[in-house]
Amino acid sequence: MKQVGCTPYARETQEMKDIYDGPILEIDVLSISFFTRLREIPAVMDFSVKVMPGEAVGLVGESGCGKSTVALGVMQDLGKNGRITGGTIKFKGRDLGQMSVEELRKIRGSEIAMIYQEPMASLNPAMKIGKQLMEVPMIHQGASEKEAYDRALQVVTDVKLPDPKRILDAYPHQLSGGQQQRIVIAMALMSEPALLILDEPTTALDVTVEASIVDLVKDLGRKYGTSMLFISHNLGLVLETCDRLCVMYSGEAVERGSIADVFDEMQHPYTQALFRSIPLPGADKNSRPLVAIPGNFPLPHERPPGCNFGPRCDYFEAGRCDQGTIRMRPVKGNDRHETRCLRFEEIDWNAPLAAAITKDKGMIGDVVLKMEDLKKYYEVSANALFGKSGETKVVKANETLSFEARESETLAIVGESGCGKSTFAKVLMGLETATAGQILLDNRNIESTPIERRDTKTIADVQMVFQNPFDTLNPSMTVGRQIIRALEIFGIGKTEADRRERMLQLLDLVKLPRAFADRMPRQLSGGQKQRVGIARAFAGDARIVVADEPVSALDVSVQAAVTDLLMEIQREKKTTLLFISHDLSIVRYLSDRVMVMYLGHVVELGTTDQVFSPPYHPYTEALLSAVPIADTRVKKKHIVLEGDIPSAMNPPPGCPFQTRCRWKSQVPGKLCETEVPPVRRMADGHQIKCHLSDAKFAEMEPVIEIAAE
Amino acid sequence: MEPLSWADILGRIFVQFTPVWIALVVVFAASIWFKRNLGLYGKLFDSTIGMIGFALVMFWVFTGIFGAMDMVVTHDALNQISVMKNKAPGTPVMGAGEDVYPYYLLGGDNLARDVFSRMVKGAWVVVQIAPLATLFAFMVGITLGLPAGFYGGRLDTLLSFLANLILAFPVILLFYLLVTPEIIATGIPNYMATCLFVFPLIFVAILLNSRYHTQPALRTPLLIGVLGVLGWLYLSLISEVGSKVQVIPGFLDLFDVPGGILVVFVSVVFVNSPTVFRIVRGLTMDIKTRDYVAAAQTRGEGPWYIMLWEILPNARGPLIVDFCLRIGYTTILLGTLGFFGLGLPPESPDWGTTINDGRRLLSIYLHPAIVPALSLLSLVLGLNLLADGLREESLKD
Amino acid sequence: MGLFILRRLWVMILTALALTYIVFFLTNLYPNLEKLAKSQGNFRMTDAQVETYLGNRGYLQSTPLKYAQWLGVAPGWVITGTDGETRARCAAPGAAAETATTFCGILQGNWGFSTVFKDGVGSIVATRLALTGKLMFWVMVLMVPSALLLGVLAGMREGTRTDRALSTVAITTTATPEYVSGVILIAVFSSSAVGLKWFKGTATSAMENATFENFFLPVLTIALYGMGYIARMTRASMAEVMTAQYIRTARLKGVSFPNIVMKHALRNALIAPFTVIMLQFPWLLNGVVIVETLFNYKGFGWTLVQAAGNNDIELLLGVSVVSVFVVLVTQLISDIGYVYLNPRISVS
Repeated sequence: MKQVGCTPYARETQEMKDIYDGPILEIDVLSISFFTRLREIPAVMDFSVKVMPGEAVGLVGESGCGKSTVALGVMQDLGKNGRITGGTIKFKGRDLGQMSVEELRKIRGSEIAMIYQEPMASLNPAMKIGKQLMEVPMIHQGASEKEAYDRALQVVTDVKLPDPKRILDAYPHQLSGGQQQRIVIAMALMSEPALLILDEPTTALDVTVEASIVDLVKDLGRKYGTSMLFISHNLGLVLETCDRLCVMYSGEAVERGSIADVFDEMQHPYTQALFRSIPLPGADKNSRPLVAIPGNFPLPHERPPGCNFGPRCDYFEAGRCDQGTIRMRPVKGNDRHETRCLRFEEIDWNAPLAAAITKDKGMIGDVVLKMEDLKKYYEVSANALFGKSGETKVVKANETLSFEARESETLAIVGESGCGKSTFAKVLMGLETATAGQILLDNRNIESTPIERRDTKTIADVQMVFQNPFDTLNPSMTVGRQIIRALEIFGIGKTEADRRERMLQLLDLVKLPRAFADRMPRQLSGGQKQRVGIARAFAGDARIVVADEPVSALDVSVQAAVTDLLMEIQREKKTTLLFISHDLSIVRYLSDRVMVMYLGHVVELGTTDQVFSPPYHPYTEALLSAVPIADTRVKKKHIVLEGDIPSAMNPPPGCPFQTRCRWKSQVPGKLCETEVPPVRRMADGHQIKCHLSDAKFAEMEPVIEIAAE
Repeated sequence: MEPLSWADILGRIFVQFTPVWIALVVVFAASIWFKRNLGLYGKLFDSTIGMIGFALVMFWVFTGIFGAMDMVVTHDALNQISVMKNKAPGTPVMGAGEDVYPYYLLGGDNLARDVFSRMVKGAWVVVQIAPLATLFAFMVGITLGLPAGFYGGRLDTLLSFLANLILAFPVILLFYLLVTPEIIATGIPNYMATCLFVFPLIFVAILLNSRYHTQPALRTPLLIGVLGVLGWLYLSLISEVGSKVQVIPGFLDLFDVPGGILVVFVSVVFVNSPTVFRIVRGLTMDIKTRDYVAAAQTRGEGPWYIMLWEILPNARGPLIVDFCLRIGYTTILLGTLGFFGLGLPPESPDWGTTINDGRRLLSIYLHPAIVPALSLLSLVLGLNLLADGLREESLKD
Repeated sequence: MGLFILRRLWVMILTALALTYIVFFLTNLYPNLEKLAKSQGNFRMTDAQVETYLGNRGYLQSTPLKYAQWLGVAPGWVITGTDGETRARCAAPGAAAETATTFCGILQGNWGFSTVFKDGVGSIVATRLALTGKLMFWVMVLMVPSALLLGVLAGMREGTRTDRALSTVAITTTATPEYVSGVILIAVFSSSAVGLKWFKGTATSAMENATFENFFLPVLTIALYGMGYIARMTRASMAEVMTAQYIRTARLKGVSFPNIVMKHALRNALIAPFTVIMLQFPWLLNGVVIVETLFNYKGFGWTLVQAAGNNDIELLLGVSVVSVFVVLVTQLISDIGYVYLNPRISVS
């Protein structure tokens, strides 16, 4: 690698970087609080972690557990209201809290760098990429413009961006989300920092893009010998990237240790509950349902005495777990494995799950919804800002969609951004009308009936649950009022009192206390809001419910509860559930059949077993490999897709997936680039849209294998 | 009698304002006591800036109200005592009888009227017209801005073009063209009033209908009742005996608005509505992408229900803030009209007219112009501070 | 880009036509014409006499036709009146009707004749506009830099004491309309009774020879009101930018605070105020009219008041055309400038 810095200062820091060989980062009994006018809100308490050179440490927890606050504490950037109230953060043996502003400035960006969640927001929109990158060595190594440019060019090449010179000359908005995140990574690596903090670096990205970014981070970390603090809510991602991890709950570290110890010999009830609430391969909605963590996350100023997790813990012992402060204690026999549980030595961690009630599988009934060759094209002007005249482009949001859905069946629709799943939902709901093809609801055509012209029954029959819990309820109307309004519209109940009674029953159905009827949405947690959304959708006894990523914005422990609720209502009401998701783990867990979409095309359709085992469509294969699975026993085939998802405005010719397909070379001639593949009928009801020959399909190996226990 | 010293003047003014102080103390004590239950209004009392602004605004509101009840004033605002012409503040009234206040606290103007009393009476003009005109402007802006933002397309293009048309019109020119006796004689302001003031009716009708159309038994009587009352008020407002628009007989006419005031009112509403339109349109375009709007659509709600019950309540924060700012702006506009002697009668005690009267002799006698100038300044400042406080507090959660 | 400007120009022309038509319509309403006839002829005319007077001078044609003639797209009227005399719209004052050209309107450069100033409207507008131009130039010189500075200083560290102090100043100036600040400034700085007597309370002499003494107060009066508004916009924009994630990115890569403000925040923070400054123009015109009246500076705004107050129809039309045009041009500039400042909008 080329050496850039040659000024005395640069050499000096370079030397300093080489000499030190203790722990890179050492956080000791750290406490951080935020101060509001009313009270002090402790965000992090008694937190310790140690990051050794070259080590990657994961910080896992649900939203609000304080993991991002730790990162900002390390950067000493807590804002006006935040303050470190106890403990120390040592970087290479020096206390960051004691440093002057100037010393901190020298360390930031050169020795500690950070990568953030929102790549678009963390790049300056009015500054060229090159300038933003070159700034780093120019500040820290006093490099000249030429040196800085060369260095930037090299790092951009390192993060595998095509055409680095053009990229350096671009503005952030001209790049895709994945490319932007690569630039943020490049920026962090400009001066080869000793410590890299990654705060949910892939949350805003699509799964396949996420996989390639994770791959890149791992490679570069190894190449530059950087230590990493990896903050995530996703246990699977941590398993793939880190050597050690620290699980946080409500401002405290509850368990700490190596990946193997924590994943396979967990010693804290919260960690255990967390693992039981995520859909791992092998979980099944009927025979092995997920176990949701009961209760809610405590608010920072309403933490219980004693163990924070106590009120939600299965092993809670009154008089012991709710007394005094509980310290981290080492687990004997394991390397640096510690837990914050009084009873961990008494608990039988290998006891099987307390007899989960096996539920009967709902009988799948008749076809209620049928799509035939549904097409939806949009006309958009080529120039979005100033264009009204000029040429228009046709965006093919949905291309020949055909499937049927039966009573009590869960059909999952899987795909990443731009695949057309939202458009499909809009057409089904009647917010848009189809360009061609037909939608049959009980053998009646509804594809060209917009919602204003649908009768109340049809509208009440097809309802939707939305993705973002914070957006799904009208913030200025009480919960009860919103449900009653739906009842009014669907013409249910003769009097106001009838409807109120029915509304209370719906709250019972979604397992919310009746008192919630008079609450405003802002007083509810995300999961509770989502339950209200479900209650509202079922107000008119909907027979088909489109659930658009209903749990993806929720914390894992809440996800399980909401998912189970949906399944239970489905079983009871024999609802047809169209479950739109990008999360294959949850899809495998709850769906009967799966439809995989890519850029408006259905590339694969079949029962869950058929889709999750070979033969795959090449895209399904990549998707399966990209999804992180939080299970050490799972062996995955490593497939990383090149590049980003093409824009739906400008799709590639021929097969939509041909630009990223790893099997493309296996198809003779230029078939993939010129012709849209035919729909191939594989086994019973299993169809794949691909040019590959049967022989090639037969060669495919399973992506996910569970090692024998 | 000796002229009063400045301390005496201030002391006496303080005493004159006694009812205002009492009212202010009551309002503040009650508000602070119950502030946790009063929503955004209550939160205002957590912000110093907001409280100062609120105090200034309420001071003038109470002054206006009590002034209209002849409580704060010392003299009749139109009464001339010829010896008092251009006299300095604190001058005793020569040869006054027992029942006349013995001093011109803030001096006399060049027509020998009491500056203090005119200032207090002037507050009433502003407190009456400015909030009401702003409210009408909001009705017009909201009724047109919601569909423009919600539907977009041609409707939006047309309405936005019209709004920009009015915005590109220099305000002062518009006033000079509209607010002249000749134009009033043609009845154009009355026709404009007929158009503009119908918007609140449309607004309320759609609001109620979209909400209750599923229950005709409740909806129909409610609409008839509410629209009946509003319609009567509307007709009384626009209809005027002897003007071009006389639609109902005089005995049904509840109240009369003088032509001059009406035209001022209309022009101010007309000038303000396009800006409100643009704000509402922008907010609507933002909020209509939310999931709860989609949820309303997927359960088959009509567009007006979505606009008025799903979108509008959630746009209220910025709108309330803008409402305060806009009352201030309207106050300034009213002053501008008075300053150019447009619309309001020349003896009107409103601040703009008084400043205009006073400025002619400004280099010799300061007080006739300075007093209303500072009053207007403090009221508008109060409204601005109030808006700032509200904005800050509404952003906090 | 060219197409964009063309489209904007088209909208602009449409707006200008609509606005001038409204002005034309309002000034040509019958009561206004009646007043004109009486002030030009004599005040004791009967209604019938007024009618003949107006009819003979082409005033009683339909408004769209008169508008077209005024614009210069329809042939000017030639009317043989009831008094036997033939008059033509396009004939020069005193010249015979036969010598007149067919078209004479704005498009031919014929702006009409002012009844108050007894001069061609075109030349009046030109001289007055030049005077106001001088005033506006100094207003801009004073207002824009100080407003931006105020806004940036207040916004870069939100919530500090500097911010509070500067914001209060900005709010106070926006709450002070020109006719209030003008009165106060005159009282404080130039009143012969109690003032400091630093400046002159009138700017009449500044028309020929502008000095600091006679010109500063009017300039300051206009600048103050606009300044507060722009400063608040800048502050809000700056404060928002300073909380943006990319500013945190810059901070955490070790950029020093002055550099964060100058290199990272400033350009982003100025996008919004730039539009505001440009859209300020129709509003500044307000201030110009007030200040020119208050300080007796006989510029464009003063002319507007004279024309409107004396029912000088042709002059008022001329003034309106110019002010509408100024407003529309600034809007166009604001749009184009916005595109250049904001790299996120690309015009291809």
